[in-house]
Amino acid sequence: MQNTNNVLVDVQDLKVQFNLHEGVVHALEGVSFQIQPGKTLGVIGESGSGKSVTAQAIMGIIPSPPGKVTGGRVLLNLPENDASVRVVNVTELPPSGAEIRNIRGKEVSMIFQEPMTSFSPVHTLGNQIMEALQIHYPDVSKQEARNRAIEMMRRVGIPRPEERIDAYPFQFSGGMRQRAMIAMALICRPRLVIADEPTTALDVTIEAQILELLKDLQAEFGMSIMYISHDLTVVGGVADEVMVMYLGLVMEHAATDELFDNPLHPYTEALWRSIPTIDGEMGRLTPIRGALPSPFAVHKGCPFYSRCEKRIQDVCDQSRPPMIEARPNHWVRCFLYTESK
Amino acid sequence: MTANTDVLLEVEGLRKYFPIQKGFFKKTVAYIKAVDDVNLRVRRGEVLGVVGESGCGKTTLGRCLVRVYEPTGGEILLNTGDQVLPVTDLSGEQMRIFRRSVQMIFQDPYASLNPRMNVLETVGEPLKVNHIASGRELEDRVAKVIQQVGLRVEHLRRYPHSFSGGQRQRIGIARALVVEPKLIIADEPVSALDVSIQAQILNLLKDLQEQQNLTYIFVSHNMSVIRYISDRIAVMYAGKLVELGPKDELLARPKHPYTELLLAAVPRAVDRRRGHRNVMAGEPPDLARLPSGCVFRTRCKYAHDRCAEEEPQLRELESGHFVSCHFAEELSLGGVIPRVKSFPA
Repeated sequence: MQNTNNVLVDVQDLKVQFNLHEGVVHALEGVSFQIQPGKTLGVIGESGSGKSVTAQAIMGIIPSPPGKVTGGRVLLNLPENDASVRVVNVTELPPSGAEIRNIRGKEVSMIFQEPMTSFSPVHTLGNQIMEALQIHYPDVSKQEARNRAIEMMRRVGIPRPEERIDAYPFQFSGGMRQRAMIAMALICRPRLVIADEPTTALDVTIEAQILELLKDLQAEFGMSIMYISHDLTVVGGVADEVMVMYLGLVMEHAATDELFDNPLHPYTEALWRSIPTIDGEMGRLTPIRGALPSPFAVHKGCPFYSRCEKRIQDVCDQSRPPMIEARPNHWVRCFLYTESK
Repeated sequence: MTANTDVLLEVEGLRKYFPIQKGFFKKTVAYIKAVDDVNLRVRRGEVLGVVGESGCGKTTLGRCLVRVYEPTGGEILLNTGDQVLPVTDLSGEQMRIFRRSVQMIFQDPYASLNPRMNVLETVGEPLKVNHIASGRELEDRVAKVIQQVGLRVEHLRRYPHSFSGGQRQRIGIARALVVEPKLIIADEPVSALDVSIQAQILNLLKDLQEQQNLTYIFVSHNMSVIRYISDRIAVMYAGKLVELGPKDELLARPKHPYTELLLAAVPRAVDRRRGHRNVMAGEPPDLARLPSGCVFRTRCKYAHDRCAEEEPQLRELESGHFVSCHFAEELSLGGVIPRVKSFPA
């Protein structure tokens, strides 16, 4: 994805490591991607793939210590009122400085997996949604903030918002809490919403409601979405393009249709063969052999080498495969495709 | 039931109510009807998938069947082949036979293993407490079962912390299998595992079931997993069994409006081409204040006056396909049409 004009988020060769007692975890080992305005990037990965750390890096909330950005940049291209573009490098900003706090929640906001632990239990939902607005727009009066919070709660499908605005998080069901979190994330009309497994804790009928809601809100407000999930079918349903991550590296990146119709990386293919679907073939699933390597392991070659069915000995275990454009706008990190280039 | 040896387990009118207590004297003010009047027959050697959303009673049903919970009412009969055990009213000797016949596999492989017991102790414990084997024989049987689940004899002296999630789940499966049970209740056994590990465990459970002619009651919220593992599917909603039928039949031609909407909600990679999906509004009802008549009527787009007045009973609509809906004959509901290609296209 090397299109440089019309880019909102530009992540370049991002490296993050965590220095723990047990050793060093290289959470991101050079991650690059871009997100266009109004588009949805889906990020697929298992535990330890670095998908949530990538989100934290964009928000500037990597826990430090033990986390540390050791290389690369996260650029946000924020259009100003006078049609100029302000370029911000998030990785250079102090994590609790004024500048990043002015971006966080206002330009970039986040929807988390667990809506119960993401809200304060001792403040009403309305106050928490209003606070998000008032921090960034101190001129907005309390009454105006309340009206806008009610309006946004109505928009995300919370019934009787003028009453529910004074309720506490525990009085909401899981699905309603997630709607309230979306209202809080959108109240400042951010340019980017990062959704980190927003439906994983929800029932499937509620999940479908939330996914449709996010699509409708994007059509209305025009924000970009970075949608993180371990579930390929969910990501396939919402994303314009999809990035597959494994142990801190982007393994494959393409438009959603292209990625699902022509998966090139052995890991992507293997993932597809290993998940049961509601409408796919009824044949036997093919598990991915072995287990995820230890997070402390250092990989000289491809991190998927130990589990790959198509590995080439003395090639894949010797050096890290480069990211190459194997088909038009279809990028893959695998030696199987380096010959043909 | 005694005459029909095909039936391993028979559940009749099973109820489990949890009291809601209030005030100083802990007066019971209401009941949560977690499982309400469930009737079910499980055949020897089949996999019955039980699917539903949180709070539908699927876990409570499973726990009643292994006697973790004492049911409020109803009858459970287990036909071991030699005798029929009244599960809700077991004598001491019958309880010992029951514990060998029915075993459980749990969701969380981190919480369900004792960190201070090694694999030999964990897997051998059911043999010990049920006085089935001890000493050398116990060790031999544990070693045998540990290999069946894909672990090695060297693992026997290791403790849970040195195993991955998938391996821990294998230990949990070995512990269930070691007493050579007839029936295994598996409650969300792959939900806590990474996607690349799920298939290993699903295939293992499938192979063991076929090799040893085991019977599973497989409880899950994940319809895709249920489709892969089950022969028949039971759909639960708000404590009731609303539909039960052979897998292919139920998925292709659901008869209950809830099943239709549940299937429509399952995410598919082709969703972006389907446009705006028809999603079910609302949320499951409060189990302490269920609507009158049909429990699903508050979310059902086909509901009529009759649904509020009269509670539908589970009835056999076609051979082996049961449904509890007044209008099942008249409704033409949409199911899942399988794709032809293996990759979504």
